[in-house]
Amino acid sequence: MEIVLAIAIGVFTGSGVWLLLRPRTFQVIMGLMLLSYAVNLFIFSMGRLGLSIDREPVLIEGVPQDLLHYADPMPQALVLTAIVIGFAMTALFLVVLLASRGISGTDHVDGSRARDLQEMP
Amino acid sequence: MTGWSALTASLMPHLMLAPIMLPLLTASLMLLLREERQRFKLGVNIASTLLGLVISIALLQWTHKAGAPTSMGVYLPGNWPAPFGIVLVIDRLSALMLVLTGVVALCSILFSATRWHRAGVHYHPLFQFQLMGLAGAFLTADLFNLFVFFEIMLAASYGLLLHGSGRTRIQSGLHYIAINLAASSLFLIGASMLYGITGTLNMADLARSIPQVAAVDRGLLHAAAGILATAFLIKAAAWPLNFWLVPAYGAATAPVGALFALMTKVGIYTLLRLWTLMFSSEAGASALFGGMWLIAGGLVTMAFGAIGMMGSQRLTHLAGFAAVLSSGTLLAALGFGQNVLTAGLLFYLPSSVMAVSALFLLADLIDRWRNDGATLAPYETDGDAPFLNAQLLPTSAHNLDEDEAALIGRVIPAATAFLGLAFLTCTLVIAGLPPLSGFVGKFAMLTALLNPLGLGSSAGHTPGVPGWALITLLIATGLIALIALTRAGITHFWASHDRPNPQLRVAEGVPIAVLLAACMVMTVQADSVMRFMQATAHSLHAPDNYVRAVMSAKPVPGPVTSGQPATTPEATRIPGASQ
Repeated sequence: MEIVLAIAIGVFTGSGVWLLLRPRTFQVIMGLMLLSYAVNLFIFSMGRLGLSIDREPVLIEGVPQDLLHYADPMPQALVLTAIVIGFAMTALFLVVLLASRGISGTDHVDGSRARDLQEMP
Repeated sequence: MTGWSALTASLMPHLMLAPIMLPLLTASLMLLLREERQRFKLGVNIASTLLGLVISIALLQWTHKAGAPTSMGVYLPGNWPAPFGIVLVIDRLSALMLVLTGVVALCSILFSATRWHRAGVHYHPLFQFQLMGLAGAFLTADLFNLFVFFEIMLAASYGLLLHGSGRTRIQSGLHYIAINLAASSLFLIGASMLYGITGTLNMADLARSIPQVAAVDRGLLHAAAGILATAFLIKAAAWPLNFWLVPAYGAATAPVGALFALMTKVGIYTLLRLWTLMFSSEAGASALFGGMWLIAGGLVTMAFGAIGMMGSQRLTHLAGFAAVLSSGTLLAALGFGQNVLTAGLLFYLPSSVMAVSALFLLADLIDRWRNDGATLAPYETDGDAPFLNAQLLPTSAHNLDEDEAALIGRVIPAATAFLGLAFLTCTLVIAGLPPLSGFVGKFAMLTALLNPLGLGSSAGHTPGVPGWALITLLIATGLIALIALTRAGITHFWASHDRPNPQLRVAEGVPIAVLLAACMVMTVQADSVMRFMQATAHSLHAPDNYVRAVMSAKPVPGPVTSGQPATTPEATRIPGASQ
């Protein structure tokens, strides 16, 4: 499980960083979203005692109350906050992206009409 | 005066919530109002900002009054004891930053009262949310809570940067948002790694547990701290993470630019707070980790800022590079981790922020004068403004500003003299020339580098290579800033004679005068201000008091649980969270 998660985080981060460095705004926003997925998965893996697998998320009677038997609630709380904030910021970025597209007529991140102007439908 | 202090004392510790709650409530109220009620919103905004400033000053007096090193307020918003619940802490440094925020914000909103607040929608709520995020970042003592307040501050700043719309703002806003989203990812990675290693996000608890981290985890801990610091260095505009700053700040409307001059210092504040807490000299194997990186980054940033100032043609770019220069100076001085030097940088911080803010405001007035009375510079009119609804522009039907008409055209006879003198004062403070506060701050830093133990008692001490580099750069960047600002002054004030007098309004002159007067007050009162900064630096470099104050804060017993000690929050702690 750890190796699957680690590979997933690595692939998301690698693709995200590559897309973030691309010259088109749509690629940049895709890169930012992939990066935030990678970060969210990473936070999950950063619980105390490592990644918790097959542990209870809520309290159950008769189970000793420690992290050996329960999933760490802290990364879950962090991830929830990070998802909400990341989602809002991405939506805002999308609006600015559209404004930039509308005002400059190109989807280049610098808004330049230089040689790479592509006709958009 | 005693009644005033008694009132503050009786309201503590609840008063320290006010810098966060007041802007939140004001902004929420203004969100409910229609856009047509701009003047009412403006009044509410100014009143709220003024009240916030008064409260911040009261808090500052409260933290400094006791004189003891432990005079800090601790507030448990959820009534959970320290490592489990979120904690707000106010000490001298937090209170100082709150007062600085209040002063800059008040001047900024007064300045925008004449015209800029009408350039787009939702200016006033965004402004208040920005203040809320700033105050929260200064007050919180929890790493994840810091992330939340950073995001509030950034979300509001995105809106404020785009205020007024237009092509340049949208373009630079796009870059600004992209880099800040990437920085937020780094922040989250660093914070969650720290949690994975130490099991806590409370800053005081982090400071306590770092010396006990196992040797095998030490490298991971340093990696986490490095990633976290990178996120703050992006905010603090350290080279090479600062190429977004000058276009963004230069494109922002003048009052927003003035407020943003403070925002880079949030990164500095956070680094100062976390670095002195986590990697103090008592942190065992991690003591002073990363200090050389901060020094090196700061020195390169100083050089970058100074060269940028030399190369700037536009005044707003000049002000942006001046903000970079002051950030670099603070970073480099911070990395030494020396008590006396920290006091010097704390003195330099407010004066440089206020001078750069004043320069942003001045740049707007001078540019308008230069553009021959035109509202906008030519570069701002080459793009459309898609979000600027024509109905929001003041028309005679709305009659938004009937008494403003009386102000228009009332030429202050000494307008040119005022602009020139204000520019001269900015130059003196930014370049660090005597007799103003920039000089006092830089002089204190130079003295601290040469005599770290105080005059006379540090005979035989020589600053090492980093010390000499900082001394050289402090003096050299001062000279370069002086040359750049003098050149800008000559081109703007002396080079052209055939222009009409500048049309100034009183509300535009007052904020600049207040900011610069504050710098002068800091110079006149340098002794008591310096003593305050010294006490602040002492408590920063002795994190034990901070840790003890936070960890010993007791929750208030509730009416239900007071008789039953078995159900106090300590007994029903989160399972496993203490491991």
